Amino acid sequence: MSAAAKPRTLFEKIWDAHVVHAQEGRQTILYIDLQLVHEVTSAQAFEGLRLAGRKVRRPERTIATADHNVPTTDRSLPIADPISKQQIDTLRNNCQEFGITHYDMGDVRQGIVHVIGPELGYTQPGMTIVCGDSHTSTHGAFGALAFGIGTSEVEHVLATQTLLQYKPKTLELRTDGKLGRGVTAKDLVLYLIGQITTDGGTGYCLEFTGEALKGLTMENRMTICNMSIEAGARAGMIAPDQTTFDYLKGRPFAPAGAAWDKAVAYWKTLPTDPGAKYDKSLVFQAADIAPQVTWGTNPGQVAAITAKIPRPGDFSDPTDQKTTAQSLEYMGLAGGEPITDLKLDRVFIGSCTNARIEDLRAAAEVAKGKKVSGHVQAMVVPGSGQVKVQAESEGLDKIFKEAGFDWREAGCSMCLAMNPDKLAPGERCASTSNRNFEGRQGKGGRTHLVSPAMAAAAAVAGHFVDVRDWE
Amino acid sequence: MKPFTTLTGTTVALDRANIDTDQIIPKQFLKRIERTGFGEFLFWDWMRHDDGTVNEEFELNKPYAKGASILLARRNFGSGSSREHAPWALEDFGFRVVVAPSYADIFYNNCFKNGMLPIHLSEEQVEELFQREAKHRPYQLTADLNTCTLSDGHGFSAKFEVEPFRRHCLLNGLDDIGLTLEHESKITAYETAHGIGV
Ligand code: SF4
Repeated sequence: MSAAAKPRTLFEKIWDAHVVHAQEGRQTILYIDLQLVHEVTSAQAFEGLRLAGRKVRRPERTIATADHNVPTTDRSLPIADPISKQQIDTLRNNCQEFGITHYDMGDVRQGIVHVIGPELGYTQPGMTIVCGDSHTSTHGAFGALAFGIGTSEVEHVLATQTLLQYKPKTLELRTDGKLGRGVTAKDLVLYLIGQITTDGGTGYCLEFTGEALKGLTMENRMTICNMSIEAGARAGMIAPDQTTFDYLKGRPFAPAGAAWDKAVAYWKTLPTDPGAKYDKSLVFQAADIAPQVTWGTNPGQVAAITAKIPRPGDFSDPTDQKTTAQSLEYMGLAGGEPITDLKLDRVFIGSCTNARIEDLRAAAEVAKGKKVSGHVQAMVVPGSGQVKVQAESEGLDKIFKEAGFDWREAGCSMCLAMNPDKLAPGERCASTSNRNFEGRQGKGGRTHLVSPAMAAAAAVAGHFVDVRDWE
Repeated sequence: MKPFTTLTGTTVALDRANIDTDQIIPKQFLKRIERTGFGEFLFWDWMRHDDGTVNEEFELNKPYAKGASILLARRNFGSGSSREHAPWALEDFGFRVVVAPSYADIFYNNCFKNGMLPIHLSEEQVEELFQREAKHRPYQLTADLNTCTLSDGHGFSAKFEVEPFRRHCLLNGLDDIGLTLEHESKITAYETAHGIGV
């Protein structure tokens, strides 16, 4: 067997294909196929280029959109916050100056950067993709190597179209068996994070494998890869297959004609070879997974909907005990209460984790013909302008509005509360986003991460409920 | 980039694990388009009470923490968002060194781009430092990147590891982009071989 025929993982194949220069004892210079840019982490990078008199090496390989700061209410009004406006204007000006495609507010293709990349067909198998945003791992759902970077690295990619990288190790997370009824991709990934903890993936690139992944749609796969970073892994990936190709076919920036056939032929060579070795493999059983709800202030503090909130004494490690006590205090919980007893003030359905069309369909199915509980304020924020249009064409907006949900414009919104959508101190929220950190959705706000169906059911019931019992 | 060689400074200990970048610098301060001036927003929600008054209980506000340049914390420091505003804020506040058992990857990487040294020690060594800090306030440590040692001059001395090339760049304050562009012909060759930009 020749050296080239040595079995390799999906990660290794993509890595090897992008090495520009491997340097002994140094970081590898890795070619970057696609960079995505948003307003919050790019201004200083463009400024750096200007100060050094550098140009963007491959402007056609970077695309930009404004998502973090954009208001999700009426877009015909000027942006109320002058500093948000300045940041959004700065992005527009930088893109103009450096010749970068920009999907601005008012363009139906605008949206959360991790929603629009795939939706427009920019994201493709086998690519290296970066963005100054930790949830860039989302794009790994296509069998791409995609990870978040800092602003200095954004500047590095703009200037050189490469990145300096130490090669991560590989960690396979295999889930055997099929997910049960009412158990979604979100529950799967929350469960995995709970099992390996928030730093279990540090230093690794994850590959999600196993029967539970097989039948999943691209939207579901994106939800899973999106949250790789919450397990500490910069990248997570799923091997491309027919589902991937079907999703991409015909999208505006996907290859077409003869180039399409050639691309698919290449993409089919990407999945991990039989006999290839990961640095580490862990196996889980889909049958063990129930709908999940986080109870603490990091995504690894998670439990099944049927469980009770843990107490510090349930943990043996002193740091875990202390962390649990701190989290419970912040969350206004004593420990020991059944999760289904938690009463909610707010519900947020949105974010790059769960604001794609299927997520909205899943939430609408639960909300259909029901009413949001009197003490709950609930909102739905589509992930992109196109998701919004699609949802409206399917009548999902009507279902939500009739049930009493707010129906908003596309953006990050209350995922991080940089725009006016935020929790008041002490408010308890069921959220389909990815981070339950202290203050993430507003100072003093208490976030519980759940799937879209669980969020919709909680909005109606006014407290958490097991969607498996929903009729 | 500012080089880092050796630093002796006051250490302040934050007895928390998983300190995420949302805590280090909350999102409302990410709207600025400059790289500087983030120090005054560091740990914003922990530094002050809801009514805006100073939270005297928070470690960074204690008299002994004045002028601190070394931060001691528990595992998984810097998790969450990729915002480079986190090391910018720490650095602007006066910190050049963080000591913890582990870091989130992106934060760790971002530190080196900003002349900061994140030091890994074992959980036991970090525990020892927490105890020493509690006993000898203000507690002085010396981080020496030439010898890769962290010591307090009173019997504590530990070797730490940094990838040799990262160490080299930090010691000399080297700019990554400049280094990569030394290999520009290789980038061009890669692009030609892959039909990029032709
Ligand atoms: S939706 Fe939330 S996690 Fe996703 S990019 Fe926006 S702020 Fe970040």
